[in-house]
Amino acid sequence: MISYDIVIIGGGPAGLAAAVSARNCGVENILILERDKELGGILNQCIHNGFGLHTFKEELTGPEYADRFIQKVLDLGIEYRLNTMVMDISEDRVVTAMSREDGMYQIQAGAVVLAMGCRERPRGALNIPGYRPAGIFSAGTAQRLVNIEGYMPGREVVILGSGDIGLIMARRMTLEGAIVKVVAELMPYSGGLKRNIVQCLNDFHIPLKLSHTVVDIEGKDHITAVTIAQVDSHNKPIPGTEERYTCDTLLLSCGLIPENELSNKAGVKMNPVTNGPIVNEGLETSIPGIFACGNVLHVHDLVDYVSEEAERAGASAARFVQADGKIERSENVVKLIATDGVRYTVPCTIDLNNMDELQTVHFRVGAVYTNCYVSVYYNDERMVHIKKKIMAPGEMERIMLQRNRLLKEEDLKTITIKIEAE
Amino acid sequence: MYDVIIIGAGVTGSAVARELSRYNASVCVLEKCEDVCEGTSKANSAIIHAGFDAAEGSLMAKMNVRGNEMMGKLAEDLDIPFKRNGAMVVCIHKEALDGLKTLYDRGIKNGVKELRILTREEALELEPNLSDNVEGALYAPTSGIICPFLLNIAMAENAADNGVDFRFNTKVEDICRDDKGIWHLRTNNGEYKARYVVNAAGVSADVIHNMVSENKIHITPRRGDYCLLDKEVGNHVSHTIFPQPTKLGKGVLVSPTIHGNLIVGPTAVDLQDKEGNNTTAAGISDLIAKANDHVKNLPMRKVITSFAGLRAHEANHEFIIKEVEDAPHFIDCAGIESPGLTSCPAIGEMVGEMLKEKMSLTEKENWISKRKGILNPQELTLEERNELIKKEPAYGNIICRCESISEGEILDAIHRTLGARSLDGVKRRTRAGMGRCQAGFCSPRVMEILHRELGLPMEEITKSGGRSTIVLERTKGTNGGEA
Amino acid sequence: MERKELTCIGCPMGCQLTVEFDREKEEVYSVTGNTCMIGDKYARNEVLHPERTVTSTVTVDGGDKPRLSVKTSGNIPKDKIFECMKAIDAVRVQAPVKIGDVVIENVCGTGINVVATRNIHLL
Repeated sequence: MISYDIVIIGGGPAGLAAAVSARNCGVENILILERDKELGGILNQCIHNGFGLHTFKEELTGPEYADRFIQKVLDLGIEYRLNTMVMDISEDRVVTAMSREDGMYQIQAGAVVLAMGCRERPRGALNIPGYRPAGIFSAGTAQRLVNIEGYMPGREVVILGSGDIGLIMARRMTLEGAIVKVVAELMPYSGGLKRNIVQCLNDFHIPLKLSHTVVDIEGKDHITAVTIAQVDSHNKPIPGTEERYTCDTLLLSCGLIPENELSNKAGVKMNPVTNGPIVNEGLETSIPGIFACGNVLHVHDLVDYVSEEAERAGASAARFVQADGKIERSENVVKLIATDGVRYTVPCTIDLNNMDELQTVHFRVGAVYTNCYVSVYYNDERMVHIKKKIMAPGEMERIMLQRNRLLKEEDLKTITIKIEAE
Repeated sequence: MYDVIIIGAGVTGSAVARELSRYNASVCVLEKCEDVCEGTSKANSAIIHAGFDAAEGSLMAKMNVRGNEMMGKLAEDLDIPFKRNGAMVVCIHKEALDGLKTLYDRGIKNGVKELRILTREEALELEPNLSDNVEGALYAPTSGIICPFLLNIAMAENAADNGVDFRFNTKVEDICRDDKGIWHLRTNNGEYKARYVVNAAGVSADVIHNMVSENKIHITPRRGDYCLLDKEVGNHVSHTIFPQPTKLGKGVLVSPTIHGNLIVGPTAVDLQDKEGNNTTAAGISDLIAKANDHVKNLPMRKVITSFAGLRAHEANHEFIIKEVEDAPHFIDCAGIESPGLTSCPAIGEMVGEMLKEKMSLTEKENWISKRKGILNPQELTLEERNELIKKEPAYGNIICRCESISEGEILDAIHRTLGARSLDGVKRRTRAGMGRCQAGFCSPRVMEILHRELGLPMEEITKSGGRSTIVLERTKGTNGGEA
Repeated sequence: MERKELTCIGCPMGCQLTVEFDREKEEVYSVTGNTCMIGDKYARNEVLHPERTVTSTVTVDGGDKPRLSVKTSGNIPKDKIFECMKAIDAVRVQAPVKIGDVVIENVCGTGINVVATRNIHLL
């Protein structure tokens, strides 16, 4: 069996940044496995701009952002295999992969970095009633058809869900000559960025209907019309509010799900809130030597944060390999608790002996909060109290924890993050 | 001119076609859709019923029990997966316990083997996720699960390999009989002639029958909504769990599928529209409520798709399989609703023998009884799979990541007898696109393969034939520079 | 004097801004509804000189991919978006292409180029 110090599953933004970081930490023997025919992942089809403001202090398109990291991988001579599907990962880090050229083979990895990204929630999972004709796409599938293959799904479009991919596709289809009739959003707020609502919808006079959903799909062969209706506070359609739109295309932009089939095969413990692995301060999963980063860990809204998180995972994997897998776990483990409006935290635990001087904690809120406070409690004592003008589920939040500050706390067992009115 | 024309390429039509392919006769199947398995056969519970439901002495009971008996060998011959996972009819009201005994007695009279009545404790031991209210259950170990697509496709493929012609996109619009007793079938694709006609038109069997007979029949499309759940929760139950039956049918069942998903359904709503297979919000919430009566903690958040099918319900709830009295040489297979899937081999056998006798058919010497399925690389060892990829590199290229379906399997599906020509055709033959992302990832890739292999322009590739095209045209810039 | 309602894109607040301005004189009289200075600055630019970056794809011949993604190398006036798309649609390029290669110079007289955002290799 061939062996590598670190095997990285996925050559998108997370996998690329993890590889570069691990190499910069001194690990030579790294392999990236990518299922597509090129590196870069989903960024290759995100041809719009707005990427990289944090990382590169300039606005890049998706392919340009990816290329920055691809160049680093090439310059550092990091090995990668394309058109390669990982079929299995075992608990003891044996990776089974497959491709046309290499057949099916196994690799013993010193450490594994999970960087498989996420996928879109399909129609079936949304329980939208009606017929099941052609012409219904997840927004990302349509994005691939338009931007990569160069084909238009149709000319009269309705979009369900106001996630960023849906908003971006509203503009893209409009620029290509289609008429986007309406964007319906189930929630009373949009999960997309304000900038995208203004520049993708308002610029082209596309109406956004909040608290609306699709209640019927017509068309036996090909979609011919959809009916949308307003929903009440329990997301139930309100009779009498139905509006029918003729269309030949329905795009769905209704959320992303981390793609953890392989993590599950390895037996990694999952967080039911994020649908991603439970990780510690070094982004290590419940299985020693298996790390996770990017959208497979939790869905991000900015690729810059994906890259940053992946750098952390790459560095942790490097440290694990360099210590021959013998990293002492201390008794000094603090549990992070998300409550009162905070849905989850990444990481879930922090080992005070193993943490860096500065630890980033990412979290998301479950609803829109205005003029509120983010509070951090060390055990039962409130230590951080930050005023926020607005917090929304669509925007990932973060706080930084200082190691020497935590070490000062006597018998620190829990750190609780919550939203408070005052 | 054909000896026999069969109208409809669902499970009934395909089973009859396969049986007739044993004999020296020219046979043709006319199907209005672009593929086999496009009607009732594609959207049902996928259960091979034991046979305790149908009324004693009915043709339905006879066909059910016989079909169940035949299924094991048939599945083996056709190289398709089939498992006798057993069924339980669960009683949740003490006062209804007698009903189990009634079913048991009926089953015994129908000839169902191995039936047993279980106590609450025995039932829970076999199936721990049954409702806490379970009072007892009827247990039928011979009940099974199958892939209805593969059963249908395999029977049709085998029939075609034995010389049966299939004509797709061919809808029968009118039928008349000339003075020599020859049937003339007018279709959108010209006229077909035959000595004998078999009507296996599913929900439209009444329309076809009424073209030739004064004794009108009526088939009611009875819609059933289903939810299909992720494989992650496919083992929530291991048996097929039924409630006690009512007048409207066997009720909402919960069952593992042969491919490891969990299926919940169906509802029962009578319709006028013979193509009304749309799901409704009311239907889905109704079946979620009902399924929870008998199985606890059903993980309905794990639904990956919902769909609806139409049963071909005939008022007497009985199969009509006979020569039409005022239309000689015209044989009905009408009212084939549940347990139609189970019964199809028996119906094929019955019609085959009927025609053999009437037409004095002789058996072919070189009839091919077996069909080889699409290779499933997931059943191979790593070494075997490696060998396969060395010989056929396409098996190393995964196209559908959810179900791990390779390009090799898709190429086989396209190029074999009665091969796939659409996304759904590929899906039903290989499962590509049937997983939890519901083809979001693989549909552009499968389109590319269909485009390359069939020489079809991308704009002509369909989801399921007809007008179900997927892309409309090139993006605007594509012809740039030429203007 | 004109009055215009805008949604601020500075942060998730999405303040509803009201701007009073004179297009001829290129003068903004007032911005209200904003809760910080980002809103004020955004509103002043947006009413007098709204600009956008345009991204799309063009046909590429002889390359390892059928489409080349492109962008305007800077912002162009918002009212030139569709004109710019027309210019982009008319272009056809030859592989190979490198990120940053100019596909259209001075698109629609804006002084801005349309440039490649992907590398396309020869097939």
